[in-house]
Order: sequence, then structure tokens, then C-alpha cells
Amino acid sequence: MTTTTYPDFAQPAWRRWLLTRESAMIALVLATVAYAIASIDNFAGPLTLTYLLLDIAPILLIALPMTLIIVTGEIDLSVGSVVGLSSVLLGVTYQAGVPMAWALVVAILGGALCGALNGYLIAHLGLPSLAVTIGTLALFRGLAVGLLGTTAVTDFPDSWTDLATNEIGGTGIPLVMIAFVVLAVAFAVLLHFSTFGRGVYDIGLNSEAAHFTGVNVRRTKFILYVLAGAVSAFAGVFYTFRFGSARGDNATGLELQVIAAVLLGGVSIFGGRGRLHGVIAGVLLIGVLSSALRLESVTVNVINIIIGVLLVASVMSTNLLAAFRRATASWKRSTAQSNATATGAESSRKAHV
Amino acid sequence: MTQLLVAPSRMSTTQRVVTGLLHSREVAIVLVLLAVAAVATAKTSSFLFSANSWRDLLLTPSILILLAVGQAVVIITRNVDLSVGSVLALTAYLTGRLFIDNPGIPIVVVFVAGLAAGAVLGLVNGVIIGYGRVPALVITLGTLYIYRGVVLSWAGSDRINASDLPSGFLSLGTKSVASVPVLTIIAVAVLVVVAYYLHSNRGGRELYAIGSDPDAAVLYGLAVRRRVIGAFVLSGALAGLAGVLYTARYGTVSSGAGTGIELQAVAAAVIGGVAIFGGSGTVWGAAIGAVLLVTINRALPIAGIPDFWQRAVVGALIIGAIVLDRILAARRARKLIEARDDV
Repeated sequence: MTTTTYPDFAQPAWRRWLLTRESAMIALVLATVAYAIASIDNFAGPLTLTYLLLDIAPILLIALPMTLIIVTGEIDLSVGSVVGLSSVLLGVTYQAGVPMAWALVVAILGGALCGALNGYLIAHLGLPSLAVTIGTLALFRGLAVGLLGTTAVTDFPDSWTDLATNEIGGTGIPLVMIAFVVLAVAFAVLLHFSTFGRGVYDIGLNSEAAHFTGVNVRRTKFILYVLAGAVSAFAGVFYTFRFGSARGDNATGLELQVIAAVLLGGVSIFGGRGRLHGVIAGVLLIGVLSSALRLESVTVNVINIIIGVLLVASVMSTNLLAAFRRATASWKRSTAQSNATATGAESSRKAHV
Repeated sequence: MTQLLVAPSRMSTTQRVVTGLLHSREVAIVLVLLAVAAVATAKTSSFLFSANSWRDLLLTPSILILLAVGQAVVIITRNVDLSVGSVLALTAYLTGRLFIDNPGIPIVVVFVAGLAAGAVLGLVNGVIIGYGRVPALVITLGTLYIYRGVVLSWAGSDRINASDLPSGFLSLGTKSVASVPVLTIIAVAVLVVVAYYLHSNRGGRELYAIGSDPDAAVLYGLAVRRRVIGAFVLSGALAGLAGVLYTARYGTVSSGAGTGIELQAVAAAVIGGVAIFGGSGTVWGAAIGAVLLVTINRALPIAGIPDFWQRAVVGALIIGAIVLDRILAARRARKLIEARDDV
């Protein structure tokens, strides 16, 4: 008897593509958009898209490295604080008279350094990422608030702040989306089309086995945390320019929104499972829902509840779906077996005749 | 082949108790706590030696102690409860509303209502995690949003003020018995009961077993699901109690009450030596960790460090505690291996 070890590959490519959780998320986003355009008055207007994308840009950006980190089975709770710290670094260095271009470099290097600290503690000392990044969440936020106190740096030149809010031509799509698309393609190649990315999945499925198959577990994790730090810092720069102010408490609590979006996009918190297009759909779903509900003048409280329910439901659905698959698979196997025995009995009877 | 890997201790019981205490994590944190208090007192003697500061020293940490105790029990089972801040806000607002909507309601009833509401919210967490077989981190992150959203919708921009509350209830927040604040007595009583349960009760020991190795606990026949749900109910109930005490202590409750306190509770437990992967640590440690966190926050301005830096110091402390744990664990493992090789 030949058992198919990879039942997924027995099906045609289009079915494999369509019957995934990621496609379900994309369909859900499209359905929500269609419903919003049809039934909410101003949703189809030009301003909606601009503000929607501006609002979710930091989450979109940070969700990229966060996906890779969660796929390895780790987590990074400090990204919101890195956004705050890089925003403050940008403000402080610019205020000190450093040219803006160099201030940008300082902010992003600072973020990468934060990520390197996380990476060193987690990858090289082997400490639990949940505990470490709760610590660095407080540490980085504390540094940010300590550097600026209750003051804010707001006198950024318009030429820079415009970069964050300007649109591409007259499309209504903000400029920052170009940076996002470039980064998204880079991360997609890194995760889905490179040896490094296969290593990321291997670590998430079984870190020890990955080590024995030649994946450099420590280096991979370290690089991922540095990337998360640098991208968070870039999001911090965007955040600063968009609102024209560098404050210590910028983007407080952003980490939970990012993680919620990533998990909503179908990444397993246990690691080893999840794809980037699902995550991007997850972030978009949260963005579209919040902006549609806001246009319907539903308050932010209800949006909070909806995000929470979506998060719980999405995690439960993975398990329910898996249980359902197991049930149908065992049912198929049992019917196949009974068929096989039936035909076998028939042929043996024929032989007797 | 029945040789023991590690020979039984030849020390007397007293010796063992003393060396055990000296090596314990709890004593180490107490020493740090005393050092912080000593430095602060040396700078400004009123940090310890004035009527108000003695009371503050005991009173301020009491709410965080309750949350840290509940959090420690959950973490010991290798789970985590991030929703406690939102539960605290919900029950704190519920407390205020009960007094406003039912004038003359007995204070005991309000306490029971707060505890029960918290327990129900914890039960929701526990049932989803126990029956859905889903990670606690994700579920309680979800309920953090949901419970907070419920408070925000319920309270809106409304705010409970001290003038809405009966004076008998408010005085609970500041009253002292034999120079020990009532809130502290409640927190310590809870601490003693939970510590005894974890240390000496069958159910408590099972919580450690579950956290050390959940699969082994299932194979051994422990009621893993029931125990985990129980841990979440306890954490919720204590957060509910903390909500009632929050209202009594501060008098004003807005919908943003207790935002971010869940991370402080986790931090207190981690600093107190409760391993984030479960199976070890005590609620004593978590409680002392909570006191240390709060005391450092009060001591920093006295030491001449602007209070903006408080969170940075707390963060450094958490990381220091985890690194120290790792070093000690590595040393212990080396000693055990040496003991094995010697045999």
C-alpha cells in the first residue's frame, strides 16, 4: 500500500494555493473592502486610502521582521519601545545641530543596536525571548523617556516631514509605501526563496534538528533581531516625520498591535508556520476594519474588542481546522481501506471461480 | 545499580534550612531591596524614618503584590496572563458603579462582586486556553484588548470620583491597623494562603509538575486542564480584588486604569525568580519582586536620578535577573554533572 506522505502535493497547484489560510485572509480583506465601499458613504473617497495606509504603515513595516522572528518560535515585545527610542534619537541628534541625513543614520543604527542587544541575549546567551524583550521593552522606553523627559522635538524641516505624508503622484498612496514594498519584497525573498529562510522555518519546527542539519541557529536568530531593530527604527523615523514630533512616548503599545496582526495573518506562535502574504493581509484587515468602523463613527473601543475577538478566533480556527482535517483524513483512510478490502475480496472470489 | 546520583545531605536539618535560605533567590532580592532602601535613606533620612514614608513603603506595593502573586501561579504552570491590567480596570470601574448605582450597598458585597467578576474573566481565559489548546500568550493578548474595549465602551469618558464613593470604603485605602495599612494586610494574607497552597497542598505541587513538563503531567494522569483553568481563575480573581483595592486606594477610576500593569506583574515575577518557562519559583519571590520594583521607583528621585529614567532601571533589572538566573542554573548543572561523573 502506498501512502502519500505529502497529501498537499497530490492536488493541483491552484487548489493548493486557494485552500490555504493566507488566501482565506486575503478573501476576507477583499470582502471587507467590497462591503465597506458598497455600504459606507465616504469609504471610496480618495482620503480614506491615504489615511488608512499612513495609519498602518508602522505596523506593516514592523510586521515583516516580526513574522520571521515568530516563525523561529521566538518573539520580540520591544519593537514599540525601539520605535520610541529611535524617534527620540532622531530628535535629539537633529536638535544638536547634526544634519538630518546623519541624524537618520544615528536613529536607524541605534535601532539596529537595540536589536543586537536582544539578539545577543536571546541567541548567544540562550535566554527566553519573552522575558528578555519584556525587559528591553522597559529599558528602551525608559531610555527614550529619560533622554527627552516630557519635552518634544517638533521643529523638523518641512522638506523631511513632507516625505512621510506626500503621495505618489495623485494616486493617494503615500510615499512610504514604496519603502514598504521594497522591504516586503526583500523579506519575502529572504523568507520564502533563500537558504536562510528555509533555516528560519527549520528552527521554528525543531531548533535542535535544524542545528544538526547545518543551520546556524545563533547567527540566524541574531540577524533577525538586528533586522527587527533596524526596521522598527525606520518605522520610528516615519512616525516622527508623519506627526512632526519626536517624543519619548511615541508608539506606546505598538508591539501588541504588530503581534496581533502577525498572528491574525496565520503565523503560528509555536513557530515553523506562516507566510508573509498572509501577514500583510492580516495588517490590512485590521487597517480596513478600523478605518471603515471609524467612518461609521464606531468608537475605538469597539475596534479594540473586534481586534481582540479576531485574534482569539484566528488562533482557535487554526486548531479547529487542523482537527477537522484530521477527522476527514482518517475518514478518507477508513473508507479507502474498506474499499480496498472489498475489491480484494471480490478479486479473490473471481480467482476461485 | 541502585546507587544514588546525588548522596543525601549529611547536614542537620537546621544547617540545611540555613544554607537553603542563604542560597535562595528570595533572600538575594531581599538583600537588594534592603540595599536600595539603605542608599535612599542615607541620602534622605525621611525615605524610611517618617510617619508617611513608612506607610507608603508598605501601602504602595500592595496592589502590585496581588497581581504578581496571581501572575506567578499562572507562570509556574508555563502560561502567562497578560489580561490582568484590563481585568483590574474593569473591576475597578465596576466597584465605582456599584457604589453609585446602589447607594448604601455593603462594602463586603462590593468586594465579593469584584472578586467574582475577576474570577469569571479569568475563567474565560482558562476555558479558551484549556479546551482550545491554544497558547496563553495569544489568548490573553486578545482578552487584554477585549476586556479593555469593554471598559472603554462602558465607561467612555466617564470617571469615578472620590466624592462618589462612601467614606467607609475610601478610608480602607488609607486606614492602618497597628501602623500596618489595611491594603497591605489583605495582600499579605492572600500571599500567605497562596504560598501555603503552592508549597504544601497536592494541587499546588501539581501546578509545579504541570509547568515542569506538561506532557509528562498528562501521562502521569494529572488533571492538567482543570489545574490550568484554576490558575487562570485565581489570577483573574486576584486582579479583580486588586481592582476593588485600586478604587479604594486612589478614589478616581478612569477607563485607562492599570494600562500596562500586566508587564509590571510579569516583571515582578521574573525578578522574583519565577522562571518564565514554568515549574519553578515561589509567590514569595514574586511578591518581593513587586516590592522591589515599587521601592526602586520611589528611591530613584531621592538618589538624584530624574524619575524619567525609572523604566530604564526597571528594564535593566529584569534583564540582570534573567542573566543571573542563567548563570546560576549553568553552575548548578555543572555541579550535578560533576557529581554524576564522580560516581
